[in-house]
Amino acid sequence: MAAEGKAIDALSQFELVPFMGALGESVRFSQSNAHMLLAFGLITALMMWGTAKRSIVPGRLQALAESGYEFVHGIVTGQVGDQGKRYFPFVFSIFMFVLFGNMIGLLPYAFTFTSHIAVTFALAALVFVVVTVVALAIHGTHFFSYFFPEGAPKALAPLIIPIEIISYLSRPISLSVRLFANMVAGHVMLKVFATFVVMIGSAAGVLGLIGAVLPMAMNVALVGFEILVAFLQAYVFAILTSIYLHDAVHLH
Amino acid sequence: MKKTIRIATLLSLATLPAMAQVASEHPGATSSAGMPQLDFGNPWTIAQVVWMLIIFGALYYVMARYALPQVESVLEARRARIEGDLESAQAAKQRADAAMAEHQAATAKARTEAQAAVGAATQKAQAEAAARAEALNAKLASQIEAAERQIASARDNAMGALRQVATDTADALVTRLIGRSDSAAVAAAVERELAARGRA
Repeated sequence: MAAEGKAIDALSQFELVPFMGALGESVRFSQSNAHMLLAFGLITALMMWGTAKRSIVPGRLQALAESGYEFVHGIVTGQVGDQGKRYFPFVFSIFMFVLFGNMIGLLPYAFTFTSHIAVTFALAALVFVVVTVVALAIHGTHFFSYFFPEGAPKALAPLIIPIEIISYLSRPISLSVRLFANMVAGHVMLKVFATFVVMIGSAAGVLGLIGAVLPMAMNVALVGFEILVAFLQAYVFAILTSIYLHDAVHLH
Repeated sequence: MKKTIRIATLLSLATLPAMAQVASEHPGATSSAGMPQLDFGNPWTIAQVVWMLIIFGALYYVMARYALPQVESVLEARRARIEGDLESAQAAKQRADAAMAEHQAATAKARTEAQAAVGAATQKAQAEAAARAEALNAKLASQIEAAERQIASARDNAMGALRQVATDTADALVTRLIGRSDSAAVAAAVERELAARGRA
């Protein structure tokens, strides 16, 4: 039913537009950045004001803030061990930033900044740089032994070392593409089925309205699924960051 | 600094109504072919990352410096409170246990004292009873002795009378038989006979 040039336009939702007109235009502040700012505000509000009352028996907001804290704290200390406490704020910020980015993006009219490869790659590169700097700071040049596992036959060195280096360097790529692809796929699906609802619904009168229920139901299910994906991808991002930090701290 | 964070947070939350406006003003401008995300020539893509680094940096700073220590202190306070409560509960239990032990000791002491008192009373009563029984026995024994003495004296009297009677009777019989009396011989015979029967 793509008649009259009504192609399904699932990609324009990812376009960057200036935020607040000329003001955003002048500093190249896009709606994507506005959503990041919103995420910052929501996370800060949750953590700062959620626990501001310091109740012994927490209310809902405080319980949410505390369980978020303990969830990420569990991931970091579980993966890295006690030395991981130093990196906890970093992993927590990453987790919350990605989680809120994914979740805010599911709201109507909202923009999903985690659907931009530039954003996810920048985050992944940040993780990569932090992990590498941590490893170098702890182990010095001994860090490079990471690329040749102890006990491996020397003859295999020409094979193992390039493989290890490639796998190490590909970390930020896999980390960023995983999140980016998940979010894009989800939002494209939502947009496609939403377009079906409108197309079928406006096409054939009463029959069309009945037919439009199907893609609508699909979208309802998809939104539920996307909430799972939003959480899961933030979790994956955080746990992979923790695993990389484990490697940096312990070298294998 | 906390105030600055507060203002920054409120400002960032204030972007929410502005976003709806953006969305309605730009109903998805027709894009060039392909994904907008892969259009790295677009200066907005790079600017987005720069702004992201700034915002993420601010987030990290606020989390690491203010938010997370605050949450941690809340959790720590709760842990301390629970531990304190447990400790005071343990102390209370110890006190209760001590009181219980004291009570049990007091009960045991009272019981032994009572038992001692009962024992003493029983002993005293037994002693009294024994003394009374002894006194009674002594009295009875003396009575029996007196009675025996009386009986003996009565018997002795009777025995004394018996000699007289026997002598007289024997004398009278002898006199009747032989016509004369020999009182001395009869008395001697009676005496001999009585001695032979152990009744002297």
